[in-house]
This record gives sequence, structure tokens and C-alpha cells, in this order.
Amino acid sequence: MIERFDAIVVGAGPAGNAATYTLAKSGLHVLQIERGETAGAKNVQGAILYADALERLIPEFRDEAPLERHIIEQRMWVMDDESYIGTHFRSDEFNKPPHNRYTIIRAKFDKWFSKKVREAGALVINETTVTELLRDDRGKVIGVRTDRAGGDLHADVVILADGVNSTLARKAGFRPEIEPKHVALAVKEIHFMPRDTIESRFNIHKGEGVVIEMLGKITQGMMGTGFLYTNGDSVSIGIGCMLSDLMAQKTTPYELLERMKAHPSIRPLIQGGEMKEYAAHLIPEGGYHAIPQVFGDGWLIAGDSGMFVNAVHREGSNLAMTTGRIAAETVAELFKAGQPMTAANLAEYRRRLDDSFVMKDLMKYKDLPDIFHANKQFLTTYPELLNRSAYTMLRVDGVDKLSKEREIFADFRDKRSLFGLLGDAFKLWRAFR
Amino acid sequence: MSHVNIEEKLFQNRYLVDAERPHIRIRQPSLCEKKCADQQCAVCCPAGCFTREGRKVTLITDGCLECGTCRIVCNVHRNLDWEYPRGGYGIQFKFG
Repeated sequence: MIERFDAIVVGAGPAGNAATYTLAKSGLHVLQIERGETAGAKNVQGAILYADALERLIPEFRDEAPLERHIIEQRMWVMDDESYIGTHFRSDEFNKPPHNRYTIIRAKFDKWFSKKVREAGALVINETTVTELLRDDRGKVIGVRTDRAGGDLHADVVILADGVNSTLARKAGFRPEIEPKHVALAVKEIHFMPRDTIESRFNIHKGEGVVIEMLGKITQGMMGTGFLYTNGDSVSIGIGCMLSDLMAQKTTPYELLERMKAHPSIRPLIQGGEMKEYAAHLIPEGGYHAIPQVFGDGWLIAGDSGMFVNAVHREGSNLAMTTGRIAAETVAELFKAGQPMTAANLAEYRRRLDDSFVMKDLMKYKDLPDIFHANKQFLTTYPELLNRSAYTMLRVDGVDKLSKEREIFADFRDKRSLFGLLGDAFKLWRAFR
Repeated sequence: MSHVNIEEKLFQNRYLVDAERPHIRIRQPSLCEKKCADQQCAVCCPAGCFTREGRKVTLITDGCLECGTCRIVCNVHRNLDWEYPRGGYGIQFKFG
């Protein structure tokens, strides 16, 4: 007997869970398939949870979800080999509920989200890998094939939330192979230490958290960033670079991570911690131009598999939840209206995305990846110059301040020329405007 | 800095290895040996699954983190069969 569903969702990350939850709440007969032992077992993130996207789905999530710390302070560090120069923003406003963002541990968080999905009425099966999409002779997607015996399952529509690699969309020819310049490879470790150690090191109280985002020499001229996030009784530390840059420089990311952990400003923050897991993950950072076709006859793509990541603002899981929700709402409304799941009808999904912050934000920064690829001075020369300037100005050594200013200006001019400095300012303005 | 011991890192992770059923395979090993100049898989893989002995590339998927890097960097010869492990096998992140 072939069991039939209204909708099948592949994957139990933020996109898949948001989609399945929304479909189940709309009363559809929905099946979700996850290849991990449990939801979260295959998922990797920094991880910061932005409250807004989840709040739209589960308004009371703060009372139940496993949240690590709410963020009260954001540090941005521009790194040189021995130093950093940066900005810190800390505000007691961030302590006023409802809190805006949290650190989370994805394995715990995803398990909770999956429980909510099941409570909403969806059928969830774990430990099952979807191997390909089933299509009729016209090419319409009519279900999925799994690696279980007799594992063909049928549905009116399939939502692909199978993550950045999206083997299913690739095999079906819905999207091409990812290009190395459209994806960042990030590695991460989690270090455990007592809560009060974290709280004294980061100058915070119980429940409060700090995030540090880093760029500059730690990526050795490659386009990328490092991060350090405080969890309840652990810190997550990681670094990622564009894969095309790692290839060009013949570097492995874990060597960067080791060097970063040994940086004199970072080492004291993780000292004495017990490393309990090492993870790696690809982040689709190609931006607007890298987004593939996201709908077709009987299928939709949501989350990382649709390359929905705003690399500039380090946003991904919120875009995943939002695209998953909008995909599901589109499907649920078509069902209610008795409309078939054709490409023409599902095109409504893309229209809604275009009207949402997801596409508006990606559109805003559409040229940024190319500008940084072509202008490596933003990642090496400027961090170095800024750090050296700060050192020159702050070192008291009998040299007068005007001479120091002249030295700093000459330094900038030597490295980039006046024309180069103006050009760089223009490029940055154009990229961020 | 190739003295980083990747095995020590991977030792902290939890795996359910699908014995004798690797989910990634090199299609034509001779192609790696004779035709691939850069052998980026051996450079970029964050789990060090690809090792080189001279020009010969050996793949052991037991420590694989299932990130997909090797498939994407193998962009000249497309010499990898890359699938996810069977359901329930492979890396099982404790924290993620």
C-alpha cells in the first residue's frame, strides 16, 4: 500500500521545522523526513537565534525552548596578529524582556522544535535519508524515495529543506552544483567551562551573553570572519572563509582556527575550557545572484538549500524559518482554495519572498560578495593600518601627536595611495548603501 | 602549521559508522593521481578524510562531518560520488 500525504518536507532544520509546523497547524496531512538520529543531529550553526522569525510561529517559545543566554553585548574586532581594534556595544535595554536574540545549542534547540512540530500534528520520521525525488512522466514531483525498504512516499507537494548541499534539487536538475565562490566553509569548536568563569571573563550576569565577531588578519587575506559566542556553560568559537579563497591559498580552515585560538586576545577567553565537539559546515554566502529557482511543479525550496543567507548581517536561521513558513503558507492557501500544486500556482511563493525582508535584504547587498572578492585590501591592509594607527597614537614615547598623525597618514597613503583610499571609500559606500 | 592533529579533534565527536559502506567514493583513483594538479580535497577537507601518499589520494570517510566541501572543490574532474550516509548513520552532533 502506498501511503499518501498532502505534503512532504525533507529536513528538520529551521526551514523544515518551520514549514512542517505551519502545514500541520493549517490542518494538512504532512510528513517530515530527517536523516539524523534525531532532529539536530546533522545540523551545525554558530549559533545565534533571532527571536522575531520564531516568535511569528511560536509566540510563547521563550517559556519552553532551550535558550542559552540572551545577548546584551556585541563586540566587533578588527584583528592584527598581536592586537585588535574594535567597537563594543552593550546596553541594558537588551536586558528588558522580551529579549531580541539568544545563543542556542542547535542539537538541543532542534529537538525542542521537532517536539513542537509533532505536537502540531505532523508525522515525523528520523533516521531516514531521502535519496531522490519521484516525478511523473511530465516531470512533476509526486513524492520521494527513501533508503528504507519499500520507501517510496507520495504527496501533492514536496518542500525541500535539505540544507546547503541540497543533493535532491541538484540530482533533479533544479539547481546547478554550488560554486566555490558562493559558499563559505566554517569550522567550530565548543569549549565547556563553569558558568561563573564565563560570567566573570565576559563581565556579565546570569543569563546574559556576549558575542564577538572578528575579521582581519585571522583569515589571512581570505574573505571570512571569526566568532566567539557565550553559551550557558560553554563558548562556541569558530572561523569561516569563502571556499574559493581557501582553495586559492591552499589552506585548511582548522589551521586558521588553531591560530585564532592562540591569538593573545582570544586565548585567555577560552583558557581551561574542555573541548567537546568539533564541527564543520558550509554556509551559502553567494547572496542574491546565487539564489536558484525556488519553485516548480510540485516542489518548493526553503532555507540553506535555496541559498537564503544574509552573510553581511550573519543571518541565516531566521531566513530559513521565514522561507519555510512562507513556503508552507503558500501551499496551505492553495490547498484551501482547491488549487493544484503547479509551478504557476507555486510562483506565489517567490512573489511573497520578494515582498519580504528576505529578498529585500539580499537585494540590498547583491554586489557585496563581488566587491570583497576583488578588493582584498579591506581584509588585510586596512585591519593592519587601523591597528598600527591605534598603537602609534596610544604609545607614549616622547614623539608629539602631530608627528604621529602625519606618520599614520603617510602609512595609509603608502599602502593604498590617495586615489586608492578614495576609491575604497566609494566602493564601500556603493556596496552598503 | 600542518602539525594540527585533526584526529584529536574528531575523537571528541560521536559517529555511527556504516561499516564497509562509505557514502563518498572516488570514481577513478587514477584520475586523481595522474590528472589532478591541485588535489584540493586533501587540502580543504575539514576532517582530513583525504590523505596523500606521493600523488596517490586515499579517502577514509569515517571522520566525515558531511559538509560537502570535497564535492564542491572537485570542480575540474568531478571525480567524487557524493551521497549522505544511510539514515541514522554518520556524524551525530551532540551540540551542533
